[in-house]
Amino acid sequence: MNEKKLTKNNAAKTKAYYTISFVLVAIIAILFAFPLYWILTGAFKTGAEINATTPVWVPSEWVMDNFTRLMSKRTAPLFELTFGKFVIAGPVVPAAIRWLVNTVFMSVSSMLLTCLTAAMAGYVLAKKNFWGRGIVFSLIVCAMALPKQVILIPLLREMSTLKLYDTIWAVIFPIVGWPFGVFLLKQFAEGIPTEMVEACRIDGASEWRTFTDVMFPMIKPGVGACAIFTFINSWNDYFMQLIMLTSNKNLTISLGIATMQAENSTDFGLLMAGSALAAVPIIIVFLIFQKYFTKGITMGAVKG
Amino acid sequence: MANQKVTYNKKTRKLMIHETVTSYLFLLPFLLFFAGFVIYPMFMCLFTSFFDATMGREDIFIGFDNYKTLFNDPVFWKALWNTLIIVVVSVPVTCAFSLWVASVISKMHVAATSAFRCIFYLPVVTGSVAVTMVWKWMFNNYYGIFNYIGTSTGMLEKNINWLGDERFALACIILILLTTSVGQPIVLYVSALDNVDRSLVEAAEVDGATQMQAFWKIKWPQMMPTTLYILVITTINSFQCFALIQLLTSGGPNNSTMTIMYYIYYNAFKLYKYGYGNAMGVILALVIAALSAVQFKLGQEK
Amino acid sequence: MKKLIALALALIMVMSLGACTVTNTESTTAATDGKTPETTGTGDTTAAAAPAEISLWTYPIGKWGDQETVNELLANFNAAYPNIKVNVEYLTYQDGDDKVNTAIEGNAAPDLIMEGPERLVANWGAKGKMVDLSDLWTEETKADIEANNASVAAACKWSDGAYYEYPLCMTTHCMAINKTVFEQAGAMQYIDEETHTWTTENFLKAVQAVYDAGHKDVGAIYCSGQGGDQGTRAIINNMYNGTFTNADFTGYTINTPENIKALEALVAQDGINFDPAINGGEEITLFRNGTLQMAFCWNIAQQLNSDNGEAGHTNNGDEIMFMAFPSDDNAPELCGGIWGFGVFNNGDDAKIEAAKTFIKFMCDEDPATAVKASTYFPVKASVTGVYAGEDSEAVMNEYAKLSTYLGAYYQVVPGWATARTEWWNMLQKIGSGEDVATAVATFDTNANAAAAG
Repeated sequence: MNEKKLTKNNAAKTKAYYTISFVLVAIIAILFAFPLYWILTGAFKTGAEINATTPVWVPSEWVMDNFTRLMSKRTAPLFELTFGKFVIAGPVVPAAIRWLVNTVFMSVSSMLLTCLTAAMAGYVLAKKNFWGRGIVFSLIVCAMALPKQVILIPLLREMSTLKLYDTIWAVIFPIVGWPFGVFLLKQFAEGIPTEMVEACRIDGASEWRTFTDVMFPMIKPGVGACAIFTFINSWNDYFMQLIMLTSNKNLTISLGIATMQAENSTDFGLLMAGSALAAVPIIIVFLIFQKYFTKGITMGAVKG
Repeated sequence: MANQKVTYNKKTRKLMIHETVTSYLFLLPFLLFFAGFVIYPMFMCLFTSFFDATMGREDIFIGFDNYKTLFNDPVFWKALWNTLIIVVVSVPVTCAFSLWVASVISKMHVAATSAFRCIFYLPVVTGSVAVTMVWKWMFNNYYGIFNYIGTSTGMLEKNINWLGDERFALACIILILLTTSVGQPIVLYVSALDNVDRSLVEAAEVDGATQMQAFWKIKWPQMMPTTLYILVITTINSFQCFALIQLLTSGGPNNSTMTIMYYIYYNAFKLYKYGYGNAMGVILALVIAALSAVQFKLGQEK
Repeated sequence: MKKLIALALALIMVMSLGACTVTNTESTTAATDGKTPETTGTGDTTAAAAPAEISLWTYPIGKWGDQETVNELLANFNAAYPNIKVNVEYLTYQDGDDKVNTAIEGNAAPDLIMEGPERLVANWGAKGKMVDLSDLWTEETKADIEANNASVAAACKWSDGAYYEYPLCMTTHCMAINKTVFEQAGAMQYIDEETHTWTTENFLKAVQAVYDAGHKDVGAIYCSGQGGDQGTRAIINNMYNGTFTNADFTGYTINTPENIKALEALVAQDGINFDPAINGGEEITLFRNGTLQMAFCWNIAQQLNSDNGEAGHTNNGDEIMFMAFPSDDNAPELCGGIWGFGVFNNGDDAKIEAAKTFIKFMCDEDPATAVKASTYFPVKASVTGVYAGEDSEAVMNEYAKLSTYLGAYYQVVPGWATARTEWWNMLQKIGSGEDVATAVATFDTNANAAAAG
């Protein structure tokens, strides 16, 4: 009798806890969604409403002015290909489009390069026994949390020597060199039974075939996680872009918007419109790959 | 870990050479980038830290002078302190907060779980610059939303200059950092909670354990690998917090939000003290390497 | 679905290919070591300019930050000098300095840059990165500029005797008040509307009156860094006739009773906040949306700005009146802004020559158009009537009254970059309650240490 009462009491308490927690989480969720809401609506507000002293929750009239300004203020060729002394330039488009193309190119290239190099490195670090393995892995672990500000000055001088300064590659290469992807995929590859790799080799398959036919398919969820992680990180890597890129035609979208500000005043409408333009594609990518992402990242972590 | 004891007879030695060669071939593409764009600059950073390097003239070798100046620079200590505060506060708080949110939303209907997971991930994907600008407005002294809500509901007596007040500025930075870093931990914890062995939990509940007890005694130990992973990524994240400082406070007011990362940048590109900035970078790298090593050792033991 | 995407992609490819342009990059540079094109023989030496491709980076100086306007200027230039191709990049005051500094470190500095002496002369020029432009400064030019203002030439010249800037335009920096609010608060009685001046005593009375009329935030000493520091310097220096630097521009003189008195008066005054969370640009935004009733960061470009409504009015239509900074002897000394061109020494004589040709065209051959694009005033006395017939003519003429108060251009003291950051730190400390004298003393030590080298 007594025990039953206790259980009932406990159940009531638990229920109360979850109800309160739910309400709290819902409130906090609003805070998390708010910046995006504000950017998306702000992109359609007039200048006076954006700078109003009392918050304008919903634009009283939806205007396209901010986007028109974004698209008309600067222009750049859509792309440029250099073959020796010839330069093929694409049609002249609003610079914002070119910046978006640059940003996508940068994120996709660093994603592909990172996934490929990290999968290969992660595989051998997890499954092979070789001289220097300990040292390589220690270096990777120690460098993982290293902020880029630390190596900023030498990196800048290096890029200028390599003639990479003010090219998108100057942003991509340090991202690929950042060892987190290797760490992630090494953890992942360790979860794959060694026997499978061994069996394949006994069958006479080459090392490369073992990697492409056995290992890679099995660590695919991990590679997917690594891909999305790198994509989002490089999309948001404001710092390297700020340091390495200067020409209008080489800018990324977030930098580009920043350069369109006037003397001593911030055009928030333009900023919002540009940010909305930059945010929407990546949110769509996230929504499409959300399942894959969740699955990959969880498996990688749980098995670690 | 699949490390087997290696006995050094001739055959294994030959195998070892073969393994080493193939391994390095596989490692080569990564090592090229790693050595070229992380290790080499790091080495150059160490090298330049012994020079008085600035714009417009050759570097002058000065031995440990930069380090001496560094240890006598109150702003450096302040920055180091702030950096550690950010890491020490934001890492556990991020973990605890995401675990709590995950435990609440994982009880919901699948669709609701998914929706909340997305919402908490939004600040990560919206882009740091844009989100930071909105937060700046929200913290605005004169008509920001926090002061607006605070004063109109009577919670605040008068407007608080959140980012302009030494007492609050760093806390505000940490709060924003939190919103941009809990997305992934929540995703991870939700899945980890789903993967917990149900039969164990049920058995415990039959034995009369409360939900709380079941959580801490059964679920928590099973989620340990996830937690460790989250600790690693949030630590990395906290050290990368640069754009926030640059866009919101530039290290002010009165250096109360100055971090080492920003101070390096500030010395390099506002004051042209390259050697000095590099010396600071070396110290920070050492601190981080030590922290990572400790964290990783702990992770290996568990 | 896949087919559709592929089709769309193919279509885009074909369309964009159609609009492609192929250029031979060597066609311009190859000619430099070959034969230069024959002069047309009309005695017009301008067409003889050697072909070159140069880069120009501009800060947003009026419409010089606007691609459309700059393209028109370039079209004019190329009509006269078709051989010189100018690629323009646009900087901002937020991160422009960092961009140039990283570019210098990355060996990718621009050939031409447009800004003021504090950067071109005292910063990059002093560090040996710029080309001496003395050959552009002919006696005639010197006299022409001297006739307008005596301090311009000195500002463009570094202590080693080299001219690192060739100026185009200038203005005075001032402050602004919300006239409508001042009228309602009965504060206009403290202002000399005719001359746009007021005494320090009247300034403080006016702030008090506006504050008493219910405006809790009258003005803000913004101290979050970046640009706009001239405003905070000017208000503090002018109130009790303090100075920022010594007369020969070798050291900083903030640690004087006059400046300390001014800072203490501002700290004590109701309605004046020391705000470390905002910068000059944000102060202007707050002033325009009616939060603040005066702005310390103001000039003619702000007065004419019509992005959020009618020029010379706040967002809700209140009238904005520009004012000189208050001074206790009613003789304010205003900071000037001088903008012009500098040439980075990238080691290529052809590019340096081309850059100089560009400067000559903009500043000597067709100055009126170039000045008009800046929305400021010409530096040369001989350039007149730039704004004749424009909507802004009346305001420009009214604003020209302030020119009489233009003080020395002192932003060329060594260690300027350090002094500037120390200045923000000092204001922030005062804002968070530190004793004024202590904070000023710290500034004095650090800034003068930097000035000494």
